[in-house]
Amino acid sequence: MPDSGELPATKAVRAPPRRRGHGAVAAVLAGPALALIVLFLIGPLACVALLSLTDYQLGAATLNFVGGKNYAEMLSDRVFQKSLTNTLIYVAITVPGSVLLGLGAALLIEADKSLRAFYRAIYFLPVMATLIAMSIVWELMLHPQFGIVNQVVKTLGFARVDWLQNQSIVLFTLCGIGIWQSLGFNMVLFMAGLTSIPKDLYEAAAVDGADLAIDRFRLVTWPMLGPVTLFVIVISAIRSFQVFDTVQVLTKGGPNKASEVLLYTMYSEGFEFFRSGYASAVTMVFLLFVLGLSAFKVFVLDKRVHYA
Amino acid sequence: MAATGAGTPAADGPARSRRGAVALRQISKSFGRQSVLEQISLDIAPGEFLTILGPSGCGKSTLLRIIAGLEVQDAGSIAIDGQPVDHLRPAARVIAMVFQSYALYPHLSVLDNIAMPLRLSRLNLLQRLPGVRYLHPGTRRVATEITQAARQVAGILRIEDLLARKPRQLSGGQKQRVALGRAMVREPRVFLMDEPLSNLDAELRVHMRSEIAQLHRRLGTTCIYVTHDQAEAMTMSDRIVVMMQGVALQVAPPKAIYEDPSDLRVARFVGSPAINVLPGTVAAGSGIDVLGARLPLAVGLPVGTHVTVAARPQALSLTARPAGPSLTGRLVHIENLGSDLFLHAGIEGVAAPVVVRHDPALANMPGLGDMIAIALAAGRMLVFDGQGRRLTFEPEAAAARHVHA
Amino acid sequence: MRGMRLGLIARILRHIVLMTMALVIVAPFVWMVLCSFKTQGEIFSAEINLLPHTWAAVENYGAAMTRVPMLRFLLNGVLVTLVIFLLQVLVNLPAAYALAKLKFHGRSALFGLVLLCLLIPAHATAIPVYIMFYQAGILNTYASLILPFTISVFGIFLMRQFFMTVPDDLIDAARVDGMSEFGVVWRVMLPTAVPALVAFGIFSVVAHWNDYFWPLIVVGDQALYTPPLGVAFFRLNDQGTGYGPLMAAATISIAPLVAAFLLAQRRFIEGITFTGMKA
Repeated sequence: MPDSGELPATKAVRAPPRRRGHGAVAAVLAGPALALIVLFLIGPLACVALLSLTDYQLGAATLNFVGGKNYAEMLSDRVFQKSLTNTLIYVAITVPGSVLLGLGAALLIEADKSLRAFYRAIYFLPVMATLIAMSIVWELMLHPQFGIVNQVVKTLGFARVDWLQNQSIVLFTLCGIGIWQSLGFNMVLFMAGLTSIPKDLYEAAAVDGADLAIDRFRLVTWPMLGPVTLFVIVISAIRSFQVFDTVQVLTKGGPNKASEVLLYTMYSEGFEFFRSGYASAVTMVFLLFVLGLSAFKVFVLDKRVHYA
Repeated sequence: MAATGAGTPAADGPARSRRGAVALRQISKSFGRQSVLEQISLDIAPGEFLTILGPSGCGKSTLLRIIAGLEVQDAGSIAIDGQPVDHLRPAARVIAMVFQSYALYPHLSVLDNIAMPLRLSRLNLLQRLPGVRYLHPGTRRVATEITQAARQVAGILRIEDLLARKPRQLSGGQKQRVALGRAMVREPRVFLMDEPLSNLDAELRVHMRSEIAQLHRRLGTTCIYVTHDQAEAMTMSDRIVVMMQGVALQVAPPKAIYEDPSDLRVARFVGSPAINVLPGTVAAGSGIDVLGARLPLAVGLPVGTHVTVAARPQALSLTARPAGPSLTGRLVHIENLGSDLFLHAGIEGVAAPVVVRHDPALANMPGLGDMIAIALAAGRMLVFDGQGRRLTFEPEAAAARHVHA
Repeated sequence: MRGMRLGLIARILRHIVLMTMALVIVAPFVWMVLCSFKTQGEIFSAEINLLPHTWAAVENYGAAMTRVPMLRFLLNGVLVTLVIFLLQVLVNLPAAYALAKLKFHGRSALFGLVLLCLLIPAHATAIPVYIMFYQAGILNTYASLILPFTISVFGIFLMRQFFMTVPDDLIDAARVDGMSEFGVVWRVMLPTAVPALVAFGIFSVVAHWNDYFWPLIVVGDQALYTPPLGVAFFRLNDQGTGYGPLMAAATISIAPLVAAFLLAQRRFIEGITFTGMKA
């Protein structure tokens, strides 16, 4: 019996026909990628977090959850402390060095037309030449007795230096190689930034009386390059945190852990001693820094920097 | 002229202006093998508003930039107020420039943008370091004067309430005014403007045209203005230089450019709708034959020479019974703009339709497709030779001309 | 400024500074090649010998190629990088297309996942993947070198950006013509994406040719060594006795990439920096 206040039940209205959704096709097209993302990216990421809470060793039959024991061990381990400090020092030196030199090179190269392609090619070579091979060349060049570098140093009247053998110096030597390898990368990024500065800003500055190069730099170049510079610094830092090749080939973290870095510690714990749980904890620390920087870059910077 | 010292801006009335005379002699410029300017010579009187008018690529912007000192000419000389400036940098020439894209410093406020030229010229490098103007009393005094001058200029342009904003927060018209302010604040001898209105929409452009013209009258500074828009040139200038392909075709006041063009290209470039161009041949007995119509104009060239006869739409008229020289054609299009009416007629022997101005109030309106007769007023025809140079008529024919005018 | 060039003194100074830095930067390359032509005695002499007195190029390069299977290493490099790139195209291009042009439930979730994964550095996932391969018994195989890199979220991201600029009309026209979505991906989208693919390809090939970390941990068999491993191995085994051949080996291992770079500088730089910015 229908109620006075209620509407009679209306016949269900068929929804207007929708455009055929592409769900099935999309599943096939994106399916493999999704599966691989889970298998090789998300899954392992979650595993690393979990493993860091275990005492798993590769090939062991059992796995025990030990909570924060790995982290406690890590934080009190002298080797880890040294590793973390070294990595931070490495980043603190390599980033400013390669950014400033890259900026300087970009400014100088863009200042005039002659020989641009030549300089750009040379400065970029270290970026793409296999670092392992070039590290071995550097090793020869830095040889205490017979390396060309020391021979030049001696000719200039100074005492020879144990570039890779001296504990106090080895990290800085590696920083030097790191700067050598990455300044070309930063240079190219800066060059893109410089060429995107509108030319008429410089002309307006000239008409306004900015005759000195320093005036043009302060009035036009630096403000326009600001966002790019921040971007380059963050990218440089991300790359620097991942230093590994040079350490593994040249010093193996020595002498006496003077050049031990985070990824090397992760490598030796995880793939030489096969202490997967502990190595995962080290990885988590590594991730903390790199993920933090990457997130900053993506969420803050990528919106502000536009490349043509 | 001495460089600006720590002069105080006029506290009342418009900014003190300088009226520089500019003399260009044989300015030539090539980029690689491409010749962009060919021996341009010009004398610009103090306080004059001169427009350099021409299509894109004619070299007008290059000429302006050479006057500014942003480009160096390959040959020729420039003098301002009798003083050669060829080797002076832009700022030393005491000129100011307004760019097409305004070129405002994006990270500075409107006030800082306007004040920048003064800061660069009156404060040395040390004084411009951040913080110095708060510490050093001498610097502070000069800095205050500069800010005052900037505010005053902003007042003239009515942008005082925008002083704290950054360029990205401004509309096109506002940015335009900031650019003008930055140019004015230096009290230059010459204003150079490179198509400053082309980035504005049509309505704003018309409005800014009159604003700039008024500003010029108020300040009295010499102004060299570059544009491809002939309406701007016609309405704002004391004189116009029409340039094409690096050559200055004619330098004259707007009226003369319009009524008395010295080159066919000038006649075609100026005027809307465009001038009608008809082929003519010099005929026996002091006349010109245009597609069968005989114009009684004696040009003193051998019979059979090909000439071009150009007629503005208002020099042609619809006639029911042709009395003098006339053409017939089929009406293919009617353009009714409300205030004006233009009839497009297709005439044999002429590729493009001939445009005739018709008074909308008259009763005899033909219909589309009708054949119409177009009277040619011989006195208002412009005749050009085979190379496009303007031909003048001889006295006897002038007497004959008056009969038909 | 257009048309304004530096004064003569400034230009000379610029060249002095740039050239000096260039010399420092190119020094290792030059030294590497020079030493590959020298005898051990000359390399390990107390005096500075810039140019070789005794020409030992043939012996050194010969030794480099024979003492270790250098050719094999190079071929491995080529094989691994090419297969990685091909598989990357096969896996990631369709996914990028789906994200760019198809409507389906979960599209934004998937894209969010892609964005999230962009943040993950390669080394972070090494341990679990290694364990996984160990359990699967495929450590020390080509598969272990190739598989983890077939997924490239960066490739998906890049290609999606690119695909979004392709007009929908083009795709609809193809669909009306009866083309399946697969056809659209491979016959419509792929040809338009060639420039972006080239840039990505360069980035991928260079990154994986130069990769040391992953091959180091998964490969033990000399037959599978990629060029970086090969050179490192050479050094390990010929400690102190064969620097000439070692330099020759280093030269050989970087030669292909450097040659390609010098031939197509601009493309390389674009490929590595603008795409590599995300890495």
